[in-house]
Amino acid sequence: MDLNALGACLMTSACVVTQTTSGLIVGMLLFLVAAGLTLIFGVLKIVNFAHGTFYMLGGYVAYSTIGATDSYALAVLSGALAMAVAGVLFERILISRVYGANVLMQLLICYAVVLIFDDLVKIVWGPEFHAMGMPPAFQVPPFIIAGGVVPPFYGVLVGIAALIAVLLSLGLSRTRFGKTVRAAAVNPQMVSALGVNTTVLFAVVFAIGGGLAGLAGALAAPVRSLSPGMGFSILIESFIVTVIGGMGSIAGALVAALMIGMVRGFGTIGFPGFTDGLIYIVMIAVLVLRPQGLFGRRL
Amino acid sequence: MRSYPGLRDAAIAALALIVVLAIPLLHRSPAFEDFIIRLSAMALFATSLNLLVGNTGMVSFGHGMFYGLGAYAFALTMQMTDLSLPAAFVLAVLVTAFAALCVGAICVRLGTDYFAFITLAVQMLFYSIIISWQSLTGGDQGLRGGIPRREIFGFELASQLHLYRFCAIVAVLGLLALRHISASPFGQTLRMIRDNENRASFLGIVLWRARLGAFTIAGAFAGVGGVLAALFVSGAYPELADWPNSGQAIFAVMLGGVDSFLGPVLGAMILLALNDVVTRFTEYHGLVLGLVILAFALGLRRGVLDFLRLAWPGRAR
Repeated sequence: MDLNALGACLMTSACVVTQTTSGLIVGMLLFLVAAGLTLIFGVLKIVNFAHGTFYMLGGYVAYSTIGATDSYALAVLSGALAMAVAGVLFERILISRVYGANVLMQLLICYAVVLIFDDLVKIVWGPEFHAMGMPPAFQVPPFIIAGGVVPPFYGVLVGIAALIAVLLSLGLSRTRFGKTVRAAAVNPQMVSALGVNTTVLFAVVFAIGGGLAGLAGALAAPVRSLSPGMGFSILIESFIVTVIGGMGSIAGALVAALMIGMVRGFGTIGFPGFTDGLIYIVMIAVLVLRPQGLFGRRL
Repeated sequence: MRSYPGLRDAAIAALALIVVLAIPLLHRSPAFEDFIIRLSAMALFATSLNLLVGNTGMVSFGHGMFYGLGAYAFALTMQMTDLSLPAAFVLAVLVTAFAALCVGAICVRLGTDYFAFITLAVQMLFYSIIISWQSLTGGDQGLRGGIPRREIFGFELASQLHLYRFCAIVAVLGLLALRHISASPFGQTLRMIRDNENRASFLGIVLWRARLGAFTIAGAFAGVGGVLAALFVSGAYPELADWPNSGQAIFAVMLGGVDSFLGPVLGAMILLALNDVVTRFTEYHGLVLGLVILAFALGLRRGVLDFLRLAWPGRAR
């Protein structure tokens, strides 16, 4: 524990800006992954433990696309679309077989998928770490804000994530499709009885969730390294985000993701080596005081 | 004709123990003995978890914490004090049971899903503490320097054969104790809570107290497994308390079957054997293990022993 360092950091604007932006990046990436996780849970009541795999594969697909086409925009698009398709396949081929089965059965299947794809990634891309590097368009001098250094790419990343957050919440609250999704979250049988094809609806929800995770992976690729284990580390964190924010709540996911991002950003200075512990303490406190999460309804 | 289930269980346990102890007399195989030592730790770990998952319907994702705590408590006691091995053993199990009581006091009142999450969070907190408290635990390097293997009851634990016998005896006795607990009125109460907690509550059972009891007992037996693991690796490593280890126990339980007492033991056996065999042939053992798990989960849709019991009702137990 190093509270002096934390105090010293909080006194200088440069350090505050740097840590806040790095926390913001972590938080926004977490939000994209957690939003899909919480959406899938909200509608299908399935805890998708394989969600981190979509994030990882999105990053690798983007890595290969940029190698082939040199276009980062295409890379992000391909990462997101490929994972949207993968989400549908995953739901249709595997998860749809265990609807209504024991929760542990679903967990078992997700874990098997994680194991399989971690090894497939090793076979296709190799076990070593890959660095995509900053796309050429963003290899420009960083902004200096109040003495803190902010790479321009960070702005793009935060902008896209914020845009997704707005689109998701508007889409869920204002569109007909969003209404159907919310209705299905409450009572899928009734929605089905009213003539909505819930099979398609569930597949679409998985497509959105997978696509968001793939998008996050593609956006993370320039700022983080790619490795076969990257899916599971983000899964655990986005899982914590959904629990703190409330399972099924998009707004909760955003708030909790930013919270975790800030704990990470400033925790590395005040509590080096124990940042993870801090996050778990936050999670335990939330679960004890408000088990349904900050924005959640009681299950 | 009256049946004596307690006697029958004891007879089966004695028979199994005799067979396991007799094998090295006929044929020495270090690989097999290693396997049984690891299996005895894993079997206790998985079966104690099943007291929660299968018996009580409490899905704990954080059971590895007590396995790791048992290992660390035992190894640290042996390194830092002059206590004899049985005393350190008992002390480690008591510490683990007490920790399980404290964790359970926070967790057992939460609903099913939240219970799973909070146990995971507590375990990960424990893991972070192990990693960051380097002066005591050795951090991510694990607790090294070995465990002084003092002699007990004529067992010389530095010898693999003696360690093998010791682990086999502890595991069989531990499993027998767990079997008695799950067949006792208390175990029946736990099953009633699993099937219908409202009815159990109407009958005057204090739900949280019964659940806390189950959680504490399960934690203590996981601690016993952890002690065996510490003896095997002659130290303690943070991985013992990490989430993949809890995952292993859950998969052992699921593969073997939640509704059969010996299911988790069979599951642990399958998982360990798979790991051993597959790592010998390919470096991609996650791929093979994943495919096997998928085949089991989608093909049988339940654990192996549960499947067999459904296929031949009234036979296999």
